[in-house]
Amino acid sequence: MTARLEVLAGVVLGALVVALTLAFGDKALLDVLMRLAIFGLLALSLNILVGYTGLVSFGHAMFFGLGAYSFGLLMQSGAVSIPSAALITLVVACIWGGVVGTFCIRLDDIYFSFLTLAFQMLLYSIIIGWVSLTGGDQGLMGGIPRPPFLGINLAEPRQLFVLIVVVFVVCVLAIRQIVQSPFGFALRMIRDNAERARFLGLPVQRYKLIAFVLSGFFGSVSGILMSLYVSGAYPNFAFWSMSGDAIFMIILGGLTVFLGPLVGAAVFLLLNDNITRLTEHHGIVMGVVLLAIVLGMRKGFLDVLDEWWQARASRAEARAGGDRQ
Amino acid sequence: MTARLAITGLMKRFGGVVATDNVTLDFAPGSLTAIIGPNGAGKTTFFNLITGKLKPDGGEIRLDGVDISGQTQSEIVRRGIGRAFQVASIFPRFTVEDALTAAVLTHRQQTSSMLRRFPLPDAASRAREIMALVGLERVGKTPSRYLSHGDQKLLDIALALALEPKVLLLDEPTAGMGPEERWQMIERVQRLWSEVGMTLVFIEHDMDIVFKIAQTIRVLRYGKVLAEGTPDEIRSNEAVIEAYLGTSLEEPA
Ligand SMILES: Nc1ncnc2c1ncn2[C@@H]1O[C@H](COP(=O)(O)OP(=O)(O)OP(=O)(O)O)[C@@H](O)[C@H]1O
Ligand SMILES: [Mg+2]
Repeated sequence: MTARLEVLAGVVLGALVVALTLAFGDKALLDVLMRLAIFGLLALSLNILVGYTGLVSFGHAMFFGLGAYSFGLLMQSGAVSIPSAALITLVVACIWGGVVGTFCIRLDDIYFSFLTLAFQMLLYSIIIGWVSLTGGDQGLMGGIPRPPFLGINLAEPRQLFVLIVVVFVVCVLAIRQIVQSPFGFALRMIRDNAERARFLGLPVQRYKLIAFVLSGFFGSVSGILMSLYVSGAYPNFAFWSMSGDAIFMIILGGLTVFLGPLVGAAVFLLLNDNITRLTEHHGIVMGVVLLAIVLGMRKGFLDVLDEWWQARASRAEARAGGDRQ
Repeated sequence: MTARLAITGLMKRFGGVVATDNVTLDFAPGSLTAIIGPNGAGKTTFFNLITGKLKPDGGEIRLDGVDISGQTQSEIVRRGIGRAFQVASIFPRFTVEDALTAAVLTHRQQTSSMLRRFPLPDAASRAREIMALVGLERVGKTPSRYLSHGDQKLLDIALALALEPKVLLLDEPTAGMGPEERWQMIERVQRLWSEVGMTLVFIEHDMDIVFKIAQTIRVLRYGKVLAEGTPDEIRSNEAVIEAYLGTSLEEPA
């Protein structure tokens, strides 16, 4: 699909969802869709690293937590408007991503993963420890003020819903553009064979760092949306289990297809909500699902479809031209 | 004529092993040279030193008169030394065409754009030219990991060609191939060399191939240059016969 078609599809789909939901949906549907948008964006942003660059971050929730806390604190200070608070938060997230990323991308494979985890736990300890600022394990209490701006009132659930959908669509289109650009294919080269990419003259480390910052940027957008949605920020936003959930979503939906992580987020939320309702051993059930996917299919739902499609295409090519060898 | 690539007194030690021992060799512009030698003679190490993958312990590597020893791999690549690997080094999930397009973009330093869409038409058409040159058009849309062993080696060479190298180093282009495939490969390499007109150096174990296509042969043993010369000179060189070839190669099959 061309870029223009994608934008068109994104806008039309987004508008359709908004219109239908506002016309026929109830509060529960609004909630489900907002959570899907938030966690879908979290998983998609992580997949810039995991699926496209081949860097498995175990600490992606640090950006989710950082986004939520930074935005929440700025709003509680009463000094700035919502757009400025969001802007400042994104700058902070980029700086944090740049600094943390500089250390992490020096390491490969599992060492990279562990270092991202370590930085996330550092942020988590700061949140837990700095009680006077963050409220410690209670989280940011007292709600996050949502003063109107530019005629938008986010205290009104339907307006909040529209904003979250719009931000989501814009971010998804932006991420899509990035991964389909020459830069995105340079990331894929690094994923497939960093040594070879280096030998073709690609500045591999610099590209990894940029990918890390971009992934963090969109991850913190989803954190900002989360704090708006729950009107608060809680330490578990920055806990390792949140990073684990994001990875789980990517594995569920598949990491080789662009929208895989979004599908994964949907399945994850569906499972999560229903299992929680049916049994209190919800961790066990999720664990079994994960095992079944990893051992059974060895890839996500959309990956399976994609492989099938590719294999078919190359068989067709072999039939058409292979005999000319 | 001055040498394109001039190596003087090159040294490399790994602990006690001297993998490259005072090697001095010249490669003329547009020449086709084979490097032969028994396993562990230091052939791959020699390539690793030239391409900056390893740092030499001593000596000079001059490309068109400029000393490039000590420069990084990407600097050396940009100066015009390309390389294919003993074990094909490719991008498994890229289709052949995409891999070559991405390599061309990298070479042209056009990979930083996030606002345009891959593939840029210019780079894609250059990629198709390279595919035609090495004979990979027939599998352009196939993901690299599904290619046959021989086609993976070809793709590796094609990736190096995307850099428009002045000097191309091929580490055992026919490794792991059956006899027939070998000849096909080496004919492709020879045609490539005559069409593109670059300086080509290849490592090869198959003596029939070496004697048939190389203009000059350099023999390495224990990291040292044992002999160099035309195929005829090497075939009758006492030291080579004694040390490496045995006596049965007077008349290659
Ligand atoms: N990175 C390294 N570390 C330690 N020793 C090495 C390294 N690379 C090569 N060597 C040693 O240097 C010597 C030359 O190895 P090299 O790979 O250059 O041989 P080669 O001529 O390419 O052999 P082959 O024909 O088997 O490919 C060998 O003794 C090898 O064990
Ligand atoms: Mg070797």
